[in-house]
Amino acid sequence: MNSEPLLLATPSGDKLELRPEGPWIAANVATLEMLSRSVGVNVSQSTAVTLDMSGISALDTLGAWVLEKLSRQAASSGRPAVITGVAEHFSGLLEEVRQVNRHTPALTAAPNPVLLRLNDLGKATIGAREDVAIFLQMLGSLFMALIGVVRRPRSLRLTSLVYQLYRIGFQAIPIVALITFLIGAIIAQQGFFHFRRFGAESYTVDMVGILVLRELGVLIVAIMVAGRSGSAYTAELGSMKMREEIDALSTMGLGPVDVLILPRVAALVIALPILAFIGSIAALYGGGLVAQFYGDMGPAIYIARLHEAVSVTHFKVGILKAPFMALVIGIVACSEGLRVKGSAESLGRQTTTSVVKSIFLVIVLDGLFAIFFASIGM
Amino acid sequence: MAEPQAEFAIRVRDLVVGFGRQTVLDHLSLDVRRGEILGLVGASGGGKSVLMRTIIGLIPRRSGTIEVMGQSIGGMHDRSTASTWGILFQQGALFSSLTVRQNVQFPLRENLTLSQELMDEIAIAKLEMVGLRAEDADKYPSELSGGMTKRVALARALALDPPILFLDEPTSGLDPIAAGDFDALIRTLQKTLGLTVFMVTHDLASLTTVCDRVAALADGKIVAVGPIRELLKSEHPWVRAYFHGKRSQMLQTQMR
Repeated sequence: MNSEPLLLATPSGDKLELRPEGPWIAANVATLEMLSRSVGVNVSQSTAVTLDMSGISALDTLGAWVLEKLSRQAASSGRPAVITGVAEHFSGLLEEVRQVNRHTPALTAAPNPVLLRLNDLGKATIGAREDVAIFLQMLGSLFMALIGVVRRPRSLRLTSLVYQLYRIGFQAIPIVALITFLIGAIIAQQGFFHFRRFGAESYTVDMVGILVLRELGVLIVAIMVAGRSGSAYTAELGSMKMREEIDALSTMGLGPVDVLILPRVAALVIALPILAFIGSIAALYGGGLVAQFYGDMGPAIYIARLHEAVSVTHFKVGILKAPFMALVIGIVACSEGLRVKGSAESLGRQTTTSVVKSIFLVIVLDGLFAIFFASIGM
Repeated sequence: MAEPQAEFAIRVRDLVVGFGRQTVLDHLSLDVRRGEILGLVGASGGGKSVLMRTIIGLIPRRSGTIEVMGQSIGGMHDRSTASTWGILFQQGALFSSLTVRQNVQFPLRENLTLSQELMDEIAIAKLEMVGLRAEDADKYPSELSGGMTKRVALARALALDPPILFLDEPTSGLDPIAAGDFDALIRTLQKTLGLTVFMVTHDLASLTTVCDRVAALADGKIVAVGPIRELLKSEHPWVRAYFHGKRSQMLQTQMR
């Protein structure tokens, strides 16, 4: 651009002549705004305003709008501006801009903040009820699909089931084993460190064994699976929903529950107990290594102590919980996936909800099981 | 403007673009004149979108030069080019987390310093220019119909008043009435704003009604370029097949 835009204002008596010059384009918007504001007072005070456009070298929508605003300002005080010297190639644009922003949409009144809170609370309550309904509905349709498979075993999507098992079971083994190994080692180290003060080091093994087999093994693995595979399920189903793949399935007479959800949830229910078992063993191994190198307790003694401290009941208590946790994770992940709407943002939100909700439910379920097992004396 | 007006808005010379071992554009040359609407036709998967994306710098080229408004285009993410062109992507590519108003304001906010008030007014002005109402400004992209999405995307592409507008299949997915309206809108805006429009399209009606010239892309080269009447007479086998196929025959009778 060769020059800066200018706005020459020549007041003569009550009249005002405005002469914009130079490039009135978007790149100079800061200057344009300043110029139009500086003459604003003069425009509303004068009795007649003339806009001489002949000096303008370049004009775009933004510049045209700033000029149009000046002329509207003059018109609003009862004296429409006289516009002269419009170059031919700018006239179309000015004419176009004259049509816009004529009508302001009715403003919706800002709602009462207290009412807004109450409204949110009400919506959240109804939403919670809806969540329960959706959970139960998914459980029901899974059960129906399962009955269908039992009746006609060939309708089971075996390929899909095996693929899902490979993905969420087999491929998860290294990371699950590593993390539970570390958890086991940390618990053992803490046990030796604190129990040493009152000479109860050997009870560390009892603590590690019982804690890992009953609670931590399965809980840590379930939380990891919810984060790793639950989120993947939600994102997959969500993007399939967004691209209308699920609608396409339904039109072919296939339910998404039979084709997509049952293999996924079944794979979780099969894989989670196996992963929990592997995780528990890795944790016990981690504890054993710490016992040898930190607690000066050889493997033979560790295993002997473990043998005394742990019974099959502890293992059963832990592993029995796994399929139920898997069911909860699967149902939450899949139903959140189906709730994805059109936008990318909704996919992200639903994935977060899925992980948070399934971890929460897994922990609640663990608490319920603790009460249950305590009352039946296991 | 005092600076000399270059005759061509876009000049592409000897452009070679390929992926892996496949060559999509093979020594392609094309000129787009200032202030014209150029339609680009070609087979599906024949490199039309690749050509457009290469010009705007989304795909790297192997060799060749591209000049836009007399300036050679370098690599990707050349920020100075952001106000040179506006792009209407095929699916609209509206930012789904922003409202319509914020979508249109986004280029303004990122490239200029201006008050919120002026920004709001400009956004509404652009929306009204593309035929939407101020009431639509607070909707989210997921609440819009296909035609409205394209209009909003056009408003966003025009937010900075770029001299060049790229349109990637602007009328695909629209019904004939909406497509006709959209063509008329592009024509009107092109006249009022003095735009140069580069349009990738398959819509034969758009080609005949709004395009000043049409370029045909086949085998990685521009095989014919000129007003639609000249292209209809072209002897190139692909161009003949394109314009003289069954679907084009109705159009043919109209043109004569």
